[in-house]
Amino acid sequence: MNLFRFIGEFSSFFFRSIFIRWELRQTRYRIIRQVYEVGINSLPIILTVAAFVGLVSIVQTSYQVAGTMPRYILGATVSRMVMIELGPILTALMVSGRCASSMAAEIGTMRVTEQLDALEIMAIDPYRFLNLPRIVGMFIALPVLTVIAEFDALAVSGAYAHYFLDVPFGVFNYGLTHFFFTRDFFGGLFKSLFFSVVIATSGCYFGFKVKGGAREVGRAATYAVVTASLLVLVVDFLVALVIFG
Amino acid sequence: MIEIRNLSKRFDSNIVLNDVSFQVNDANLVVVLGPSGTGKSVLLKSMLGLLPVDSGEVLFDGKPIQSASEREIYEIRKQVGFVFQGTALFDSMNVADNIALPLREHTLLSSKQVKERLCNLLEVVGMADKSHLYPQSLSGGMKRLVAIARALALNPKYLFYDEPTTGLDPLMTDRVVALIKELKKSQSNSGIVVTHDLETAKAVGDEIYMLKKGRIRRLARIEKESYD
Repeated sequence: MNLFRFIGEFSSFFFRSIFIRWELRQTRYRIIRQVYEVGINSLPIILTVAAFVGLVSIVQTSYQVAGTMPRYILGATVSRMVMIELGPILTALMVSGRCASSMAAEIGTMRVTEQLDALEIMAIDPYRFLNLPRIVGMFIALPVLTVIAEFDALAVSGAYAHYFLDVPFGVFNYGLTHFFFTRDFFGGLFKSLFFSVVIATSGCYFGFKVKGGAREVGRAATYAVVTASLLVLVVDFLVALVIFG
Repeated sequence: MIEIRNLSKRFDSNIVLNDVSFQVNDANLVVVLGPSGTGKSVLLKSMLGLLPVDSGEVLFDGKPIQSASEREIYEIRKQVGFVFQGTALFDSMNVADNIALPLREHTLLSSKQVKERLCNLLEVVGMADKSHLYPQSLSGGMKRLVAIARALALNPKYLFYDEPTTGLDPLMTDRVVALIKELKKSQSNSGIVVTHDLETAKAVGDEIYMLKKGRIRRLARIEKESYD
């Protein structure tokens, strides 16, 4: 019962945040700021994680296929793994850890210090002022981050294959390009759009729900990350079922 | 004019407002006096539709806020400046952006015009040299002055002050009280000041009401015994 109630509240919170007058004259700067917050500020951690994803992928794929298959298979396998699954999901999980918690903590603190009430009294809709820029900003930034992470992971795995596994760039690239399916790339990207929605909505939702003080703000940040991560996995399965199932 | 008619509000079994009725006439500053924890802030927030009430209604120039649509409520709130007890300044914005926010949200003023209005407001509250500072680097009294400036940004018809002098030193209390009196004189706002401080109440109020145990009554004069 609680699960259904949560789904209902969460969905209506999202729709309430999006289906309003956007008033772009005032909102666009806050959207750009959120794109910067999510996109640029997450870049160092995303590049680092993606590099290790590329390294782990190439090492494990090489372990499984070495001596039994042609070497270009490394390029084909790693690229499909990264584009379909590892790139989108690990980027989303890193961003949810970094951004959902900070959104919940920031909005939660605004709630306990009456800043949300101040917005209401100034006749400024807090859903438009706080949620809309965060959701739209995440919707723009996360797919871009995902593409960057995928390029990073593939470049690092190609370099590792070249220098440590004796697989020339040309051979790795042959596997990568000849077994490239646009559906893999766009399927992964499509997932990241859904991920962006659940991550930003979780951060805002739990921030708005805060009642009390510092302990509740901390709790909201934790709930936001856990829920966002869980929803990313659920959405990943559902979208995979539709696109690749 | 604001009319408060038979307002009642309870939290579980705790009756905070019990059939509260009074009115705020134009250009009048009404003080609602009462000990801490009697529901003065609840009264203000209920009046503006921030808290749902159990019964009763509040009319701003004849328009009831409790039955208004969201858009109508926002239109009513644009006529109200509210100074929070805890100031509720946005800590992610500096003083200038805090004060300019209502102007940027609700008016079509150019950046230059916003800046002019901002300078004017900062002059009024005596904070002209503090516009670049963030709230966390201001004292409690300074925050209160910035909150007053922000409340004045849209030239509101009504000003609500929630414990405007609580926690301030005597000098800053005098400054805030003088500012409230000066604003009333210069801008002819109506408003409500809720406070537990007898001196503030005496200094600023045209009419004084006492809120105690959920009931409100008008005081002819203020004495310490009013609290008992």
